[in-house]
Amino acid sequence: MAADPAIAVRDLLVRRGGVDVLHRISLEVRAGTVTGLLGPSGCGKSTLMRAIVGVQIVASGTVTVLGEPAGSRSLRSRVGYVTQAPSVYGDLSVRENLRYFAAVLGTAPERVDAVIATVGMDAFAGRVVGSLSGGQRARVSLATALLNEPPLLVLDEPTVGLDPLLRRDLWETFAGLAEAGTTLLVSSHVMDEADRCSHLLLMRDGHILAAQTPDELRGETGEDDLGEAFVRTIERWEMEAAR
Amino acid sequence: MSPRITIATAARVMLQLRRDPRTIAMLLLVPCLLEVLLYYVLDGQPLVFQRIGAPLLGIFPFISMFLVTAITMLRERTTGTLERLMSMPLSKLDLLAGYGIAFGVVAAVQAVLTAGVAFGLLDLQVAGSEWAVAGLAIANAILGMALGLFVSAFAQTEFQAVQFMPAIVIPQLLLCGLLVSRDDMAGFLQVVAAVLPLTYAYDGLERLTTIGFDSTALRDLIVVFGATLLALALGATTLRRRTP
Repeated sequence: MAADPAIAVRDLLVRRGGVDVLHRISLEVRAGTVTGLLGPSGCGKSTLMRAIVGVQIVASGTVTVLGEPAGSRSLRSRVGYVTQAPSVYGDLSVRENLRYFAAVLGTAPERVDAVIATVGMDAFAGRVVGSLSGGQRARVSLATALLNEPPLLVLDEPTVGLDPLLRRDLWETFAGLAEAGTTLLVSSHVMDEADRCSHLLLMRDGHILAAQTPDELRGETGEDDLGEAFVRTIERWEMEAAR
Repeated sequence: MSPRITIATAARVMLQLRRDPRTIAMLLLVPCLLEVLLYYVLDGQPLVFQRIGAPLLGIFPFISMFLVTAITMLRERTTGTLERLMSMPLSKLDLLAGYGIAFGVVAAVQAVLTAGVAFGLLDLQVAGSEWAVAGLAIANAILGMALGLFVSAFAQTEFQAVQFMPAIVIPQLLLCGLLVSRDDMAGFLQVVAAVLPLTYAYDGLERLTTIGFDSTALRDLIVVFGATLLALALGATTLRRRTP
């Protein structure tokens, strides 16, 4: 029998401003995987991630994270969350930001320099975040979530706008973390990142269209290119929906 | 609540302020200069300066802390750092107390400097202790901070936050009795003034000026503390872990 999933979502309905954003979706994320949440912007990826982290008001359904209801007090130090917009203090330096969040998380201060190195920001540790580029800020934001080595990382588009080499390094970091037992849920709207994931959740218009490994998706659609495979999946899903 | 997180938050807020030396300079110097300005504006009416010098000194920190906190907390809300903190093991009280300590320290420096100018250079005299005036100024600063924190929830932009100053602070200044004795106001305004916290802040300072720290001044101080706690409690309800 497989281990308990890191994330289990059942019939999740989220309404925003009277409109259904997530339509009673269900999904599971297996522990120790790098699961990619892929879909175009505006399809509900961020909302789903917010529900998993427990900061989203949900209309109905259940979200279970590491065996507990999403947003439980005990999960606050076990789930690392990085929002799409970098959420760090622009008027503090990189190191000051991380020192503060390390204090809030109760993490040893030595971790600060370690995570700065992980995201490749060593040369900028003393720089004020407000003077950094968007991609650099995103890396500081990501570093914050790595501080206390939580068993689950929820990362909303962490690689947008990054240098291709750095992007590759980060995906390797993610794979390394997963090997060590961390579960990662990583959203992206670019399909070329799908191959970096061990599992995929394809999302569109607030629905989960497919939950497969990249190879399963290729096999099922007969497409080698994951972007094309996604297109096939959407077409098939729309035909079924029309029926 | 955790002392470690509270202290770290206070240190972080002060570090952020330190990055903005111009704001610090203005926070500390503007009240002093306004006190000097007032002294010379009332050149021909020194008794009026003696009457309102101390109340004004005690009310400056209320105004500046209201503005600074409203903007800082609004930034915290709009840049996503509040959401991040709310997804971490930080209690709302840690955040509120951290802000309170940081701005309390700034207010203390501001109050002592302004009091130094007023009592030392401008020969302001009060019946009570000068330290009591500075102490009440710090209490008012914390009240301003608590109100600023609360109203930041109702602003989406910094422009809106700044507009809360004329909307919330100026009416209280007009009604508290500083400019016109409350007895001369329309009856319904006296009723309104009686429920506004700045009225009690002013009364306490006025009492210190004319009579000294007596039971009435103590009552005023307690009302200011009570209003601060109420504003903080209301502010805490606007720090939501879950949002739509």
